Amino acid sequence: MSKPAQWDSVRASEIVMRERHWDGPALPILHALQEEFGYIHEEALPLVASALNLSRAEVHGILTFYHDFKWQPGGAHTLKICRAEACQSMGGAELADALLKRQSVMWGETTADGRLTIEAVYCLGLCACAPAALYDGEPVGRLCADTLDELVTEARGR
Amino acid sequence: MTRVFISQDAASLSLGSKRILARLENAAAEAGLALEIVRTGSRGLFWLEPLIEVETAEGRIAYGPLKTSDIDSLLAAGFLAGGEHPSRIGRLEDVAYLTRQARLIFARCGVTDPKSVADYEAHGGLRGLRRALALEPVEIVDEIKLSGLRGRGGAGFPTGIKWNTVLNAEADRKYVVCNADEGDSGSFADRMLMEGDPFTLIEGMAIAGLAVGATKGYLYIRSEYPHAYRAMNAAIEAATQAGILGSSILGSGRAFTLETRLGAGAYICGEETSLLESLEGKRGTVRAKPPLPALKGLFGKPTIVNNVLSFASVPWILEHGHEAYARYGMGRSMGTLPVQLAGNVKRGGLLELAFGVTLREVIEGFGGGTHSGRPIRAVQVGGPLGAYFPEHMLDIPMDYEAFAAAKGMLGHGGVVVFDDTVDLAVQARFAFEFCAAESCGKCTPCRVGAVRGVEVIDRIVAGIEREKNVALLDDLCQLMTDASLCAMGGLTPVPVTSALTHFPEDFDKAPHLPAAAE
Ligand SMILES: Cc1cc2nc3c(=O)[nH]c(=O)nc-3n(C[C@H](O)[C@H](O)[C@H](O)COP(=O)(O)O)c2cc1C
Ligand code: SF4
Ligand code: FES
Repeated sequence: MSKPAQWDSVRASEIVMRERHWDGPALPILHALQEEFGYIHEEALPLVASALNLSRAEVHGILTFYHDFKWQPGGAHTLKICRAEACQSMGGAELADALLKRQSVMWGETTADGRLTIEAVYCLGLCACAPAALYDGEPVGRLCADTLDELVTEARGR
Repeated sequence: MTRVFISQDAASLSLGSKRILARLENAAAEAGLALEIVRTGSRGLFWLEPLIEVETAEGRIAYGPLKTSDIDSLLAAGFLAGGEHPSRIGRLEDVAYLTRQARLIFARCGVTDPKSVADYEAHGGLRGLRRALALEPVEIVDEIKLSGLRGRGGAGFPTGIKWNTVLNAEADRKYVVCNADEGDSGSFADRMLMEGDPFTLIEGMAIAGLAVGATKGYLYIRSEYPHAYRAMNAAIEAATQAGILGSSILGSGRAFTLETRLGAGAYICGEETSLLESLEGKRGTVRAKPPLPALKGLFGKPTIVNNVLSFASVPWILEHGHEAYARYGMGRSMGTLPVQLAGNVKRGGLLELAFGVTLREVIEGFGGGTHSGRPIRAVQVGGPLGAYFPEHMLDIPMDYEAFAAAKGMLGHGGVVVFDDTVDLAVQARFAFEFCAAESCGKCTPCRVGAVRGVEVIDRIVAGIEREKNVALLDDLCQLMTDASLCAMGGLTPVPVTSALTHFPEDFDKAPHLPAAAE
């Protein structure tokens, strides 16, 4: 995964302008901003609002409706663990709980060293290979405590 | 040059197919062997993956499930000529799991190169579209109507009737929208098709455009599916280059273009009106119906909204005719249903079957029972809003009406198996928790009811005023069923009530306590 860029309002404006041509441009713009910076900086709100002729409150409303958009940068690596039923049936919930405990984080939080963010997702379409996760966008199936530990070691370097 | 096929479907990747491919490429390079590697989608036999197929005189010979350490011994065994090896399966077409299926829609998935229009055509692609170009719009719609195709997204609404409404609507512009939000846990057929045979979906949507007079289509893909999103974008690009999409479909002078949009992690955006709001760039709150999207849909224009599998069924129907399609299935459930077998099951995967096969045949016959080897205790069918069935009810046939009669639904065809370690009170609580997290917030029964539901179940499980709280739960479920604006709130009681009805003992483990203990 390429490292997100530092927040830069000039660059952000360029992205907003580049993406505003779509029909229903709000989601494409927000996705592009998050792709670039890793999160949506609050200064992006007025940029998006004026480009789309919306109020700030409306843009805020859109942003908060969708689970994907974040207000803060995440860790260097992201592990998205599926919490939905097929993964539950294979012991996914217990695995995830134990991992969160070992890493001393809650869902959506980043480890103290800033290396790893652990997020919850509800189904990755890998339900026949449960429990499943996405590590920096790479699918991982048939998770067990060992594979999770390997991923954490890779992310946190120990 | 030897042709070698290896799936790069997200589920195959999750099992290590990328590492297998890299190891094979290295080993072949070291040995000076020239290989033509075709990156396919998956055939959906996940318990045999990672899997490599090799083209030989006897057909495509499969080897799996593989570990990277197997590559050296495979090469030594002469697997590039189909040699013997402990992992040698033979032709996948001869494996019972596949021979007992009716692969109409998934015939090419895992077989062809999802980036190649030429390969698609060589395997029968575009015949449906060519036929549609020779028909009047109303003839296309009639073909779909008579085929009996019902929407595969969950509600099972007759597709031809929906198309007819859009065809007859007067407007300067109409749209075709594909619902590729596939949020239901236990579901992955939409994803597999988009990754493995995206041209079938494109062809189906183009035919829909011809049928109703729409020249623009959108595909709304959930963000949890980055691989499918990339595969669809690549396929749309290739189809446009090849003149399948664009200002003149296959030189006919009739236009159809397609764009993808990425969702942003909201389950409710699979509900069609919420999806349309989201496509328009708004919060994904549900719209009240009427007006139907078929009359006032995207940007207020008449719009077809269909599931990936509904559109993907269309080319086959146009190619082979409605009668051929309607010969599959039972009662009012005609054709085939891509069943997705998942969870705690030995042989999980994709089963495209004529309607009417029993759940037991799916889970035991195809699936081989639980993965853990423990007894099956519960099966959830149709995603998070589907019912939990006990083992003794597994003889229900896969049929929309039979499932409705058993107080459940087929939904998108996801089947999730649980062994006897499952606690149905935990599952019921999760159903409410999920609804609370994913509710769009527009109506009170759902927004507030889901939160109350979690609390009431906690009290029941703790043994606090048990009878009173069970009665309260019943009332709450009734209210959500009757008064929710959409099926999110309206169907959340289904998993809850089925759990309580079929597994009451799971809700009655604690000693009963009076109210004062709270
Ligand atoms: C909460 C909720 C979630 C839904 N999710 C999906 C989905 O992910 N995919 C889908 O095709 N339909 C989904 N639906 C059904 C759609 O509203 C709609 O019926 C469907 O897209 C119509 O297409 P079809 O007739 O081809 O099934 C959902 C419905 C509800 C109430
Ligand atoms: S039932 Fe739930 S998701 Fe549906 S409209 Fe009401 S609040 Fe929104
Ligand atoms: S339920 Fe976990 S990947 Fe589908």
